[in-house]
Amino acid sequence: MPSVQFRLNGAATAVDTDPDQMLLDVLRSGLGITGAHFGCGAGECGACHVMVGDRAMTSCDMPMWSVADKDVVTVEGLGTAERPHPLQRAFISEQAMQCGYCVPGILISAAALLKRNPSPSEAEVRAALDRNLCRCGSHNRIVRAVLRAASEMAAP
Amino acid sequence: MNSPAPKLPISLLANPRLSSWVKFTGDGRVAISPGKVEIGQGIVTALAQIAADELDVDLSKVEMIRASTAASPNEGVTSGSLSIQQSGRALRHVCAEVRQRFLLAASERLGVDEALLTIDDGMISGPGNVRTSYWELAGDVSLDHDATAGAAAKSAAERAVAGHSVQRVDIPHKVFAKPRFIHDQALPGLLHGRVLRPDISGAGLTGLDETAARAVPGLVAIARDGGFAGVVAESEAAAEAALKALRIGATWSAGEPLPDEDDLAGFLKSQPVETTLIDSRTAASAKTAVRTLRRQYTRPYIAHASIAPSCAMARWEGDRVQVWTHSQGVYLLRADLAIVLKLPAENIVVEHMEGAGCYGHNAADDVALDAVLLAKAAGGHPIRVQWSRHDEMTHSPFGAAMAIEIEADLDADNEIIGWRHAIWSNGHAARPGRAAQPALLAATEIANPYPRMISTNPPAANGGGGDRNSVPLYDFPAWTITSHRLLTMPVRTSALRTLGGQGNVFAIETLLDEIAILRGEDPIAFRLRHLRDERAKDVIRATARRAAWKPQRQAGIGHGVGFARYKNTGAYCAAIAEIEGADDIRVKRLTLAVDVGEAINPDGVINQIEGGAIQATSWVLKERVRFCRTRITSASWTDYPILTFSEVPAVDIEIIQRPEIEPVGAGEAAHGPVTAAIANAVFDCLGVRVCDLPITRDRIIAAMELAS
Repeated sequence: MPSVQFRLNGAATAVDTDPDQMLLDVLRSGLGITGAHFGCGAGECGACHVMVGDRAMTSCDMPMWSVADKDVVTVEGLGTAERPHPLQRAFISEQAMQCGYCVPGILISAAALLKRNPSPSEAEVRAALDRNLCRCGSHNRIVRAVLRAASEMAAP
Repeated sequence: MNSPAPKLPISLLANPRLSSWVKFTGDGRVAISPGKVEIGQGIVTALAQIAADELDVDLSKVEMIRASTAASPNEGVTSGSLSIQQSGRALRHVCAEVRQRFLLAASERLGVDEALLTIDDGMISGPGNVRTSYWELAGDVSLDHDATAGAAAKSAAERAVAGHSVQRVDIPHKVFAKPRFIHDQALPGLLHGRVLRPDISGAGLTGLDETAARAVPGLVAIARDGGFAGVVAESEAAAEAALKALRIGATWSAGEPLPDEDDLAGFLKSQPVETTLIDSRTAASAKTAVRTLRRQYTRPYIAHASIAPSCAMARWEGDRVQVWTHSQGVYLLRADLAIVLKLPAENIVVEHMEGAGCYGHNAADDVALDAVLLAKAAGGHPIRVQWSRHDEMTHSPFGAAMAIEIEADLDADNEIIGWRHAIWSNGHAARPGRAAQPALLAATEIANPYPRMISTNPPAANGGGGDRNSVPLYDFPAWTITSHRLLTMPVRTSALRTLGGQGNVFAIETLLDEIAILRGEDPIAFRLRHLRDERAKDVIRATARRAAWKPQRQAGIGHGVGFARYKNTGAYCAAIAEIEGADDIRVKRLTLAVDVGEAINPDGVINQIEGGAIQATSWVLKERVRFCRTRITSASWTDYPILTFSEVPAVDIEIIQRPEIEPVGAGEAAHGPVTAAIANAVFDCLGVRVCDLPITRDRIIAAMELAS
């Protein structure tokens, strides 16, 4: 099987895979990276968002050939309990979820937004998260958490 | 001061053994085993708070054990906003009694009067610097005793943890992607399964050519049992590929016709029904009605639409099977599995593992049977079965559609003197484990199939089903409330948040609004005048104050109010909606006040109310299961849209804390009031009543045409 090479959470990674295999499959089944979640398999809910370069993208419908030589970041690559990303800290502070199944994808969308726009308005945060569905109704807490992380990151 | 000893809580009567709830573990922690499960609402944290408080241990020392039929108390189902009421009450009682037993033992060991001992983070100490701990004494104090009614829990003032907003125990795991969801668990040798389900509603498998599926690399087995068929494979991708190939080889029977989605009331009112008189009262002195308002309200079928597709794992060992599930009731699921498998219940262990929020009875239980059946072909390997988005949106049970007719008799002053409320709806519950026949989907597909269980309604004592919240809290002098439950069920229904509560509150509160306006009376003043319960009036007054009712009229903006006490026995909630009505309705702000008695975790309560308010907004503005005469067509997020971040209103909530009153749940309190508040705001803004949910542009145009 051909090998696809890319950077995953900062580390050079090579996977022997059918190039048409979806990135989400490879992450979850092949590599045991389960942060990105399966939600719909059609790129409609955002539960599987990963960052490719500085854009949040659905990985459930992203074939492996398209990530060759790209930088891919999953929620595992944002931070850890010991060294959390400001977004992760803010989601804990704001208790920004109910069930939390959608949260890894939302963290990635938010991280990509803050990369492009470090001080977004509330409306900009909402627009950036419109491709992420949340069924529990935690939207406003999530928006607060993203704005909190943004202001924390902007502080000297 | 201690509060008087209550009689034993209901969950404790069923599971009296103290050791089934509490254990002090060797590592200096305390393990708490509730029978209720985490469904994304922070229940497990609230229960930990209660235990920490009564035992005087730090919250970080409390380890919450996931429910399993192997060891946990049987608390039935985690539903109906009853977890705090049932599990919390039981744990508070158990922990108070455990504390008392340890204090007695410590008093004997230390030679100090019990009354002089104090407990701080599990360390028990007394005068003269004598000390011991729960863990030192654990060998001497047996908890293999049944709870007595004698233990007195702490008074509200003595509680240090319950009543405060603490951070949820599960959130760090979810933020740092530590596997917590069943979808993310790794088991050695795990295989993957997928089940073949028809597109045509009610169709059965009549033939299956397996050739193409057998050629798929990674296929382990094709499982067949009558009309139930599925694949077992080494990877998820292989399972998907094999299922796709299998589908091509499948032939199906014709299925059962579905109703006309554009005439739900016509369908619901034309079916055979079982009629129940829910409540009636007659006026002491009957007045003659000057006029009668007759209105009909409908709500559509609504999907649970969990963000995660339903998922389960199973592993056979001889004639014993282990099941991992995000079901809301591990014992109830086990009971149904035992019927289908014709095995004694003790051969089946069902263990809970978190899934995404379910909001009621979705496919969690169905997929567990799927996994058990497919695991038979997995050669002793564990297997994970996950539904597709398509199946989740088309084969899960839905919240039942409702048609509600109200006739209000008015006197010459347009005061209400009579009230007749009739409901036509399928039953709102077909959960597993409660009948002689199983409620699980695959049970209707296997060889020697069971019939599809027609949904029923829980009894009035449990809050009712289609009739939930149909008895007015208002002091109308006379009323008759009737529920007609359908005896046919072409669209599969079961419990969705509030059961019939959302529909009934929408109907009652919409008509009240109409009558208040007919009288030229402020709708809030009108409601307050008809309520006797001060807690009810308090939430309405608090909401009105917070929303500065009634804001000045502005073109294009409308305000409306809604109120209910969930199940008429649970949480009180009032809502005021501010909407903007142009081409489409946009809900800008929701203001709510809620009274759940003692709020164990106030931020958790706010989170629940806020979530309920936003979910209800989504139901009201967007949601409707779509179908043609042969199949459910709302099979994706495109065809079943829900509210997005940009569409979500601001939500402002006030909790009326009543620490002295037993707590009730919050998860379903907001749906009815918010639905009514939005509908009433639409009238305030546009001058038309939309009586059929969801309130979409088409519905508004239709209402305007009708009005002109």
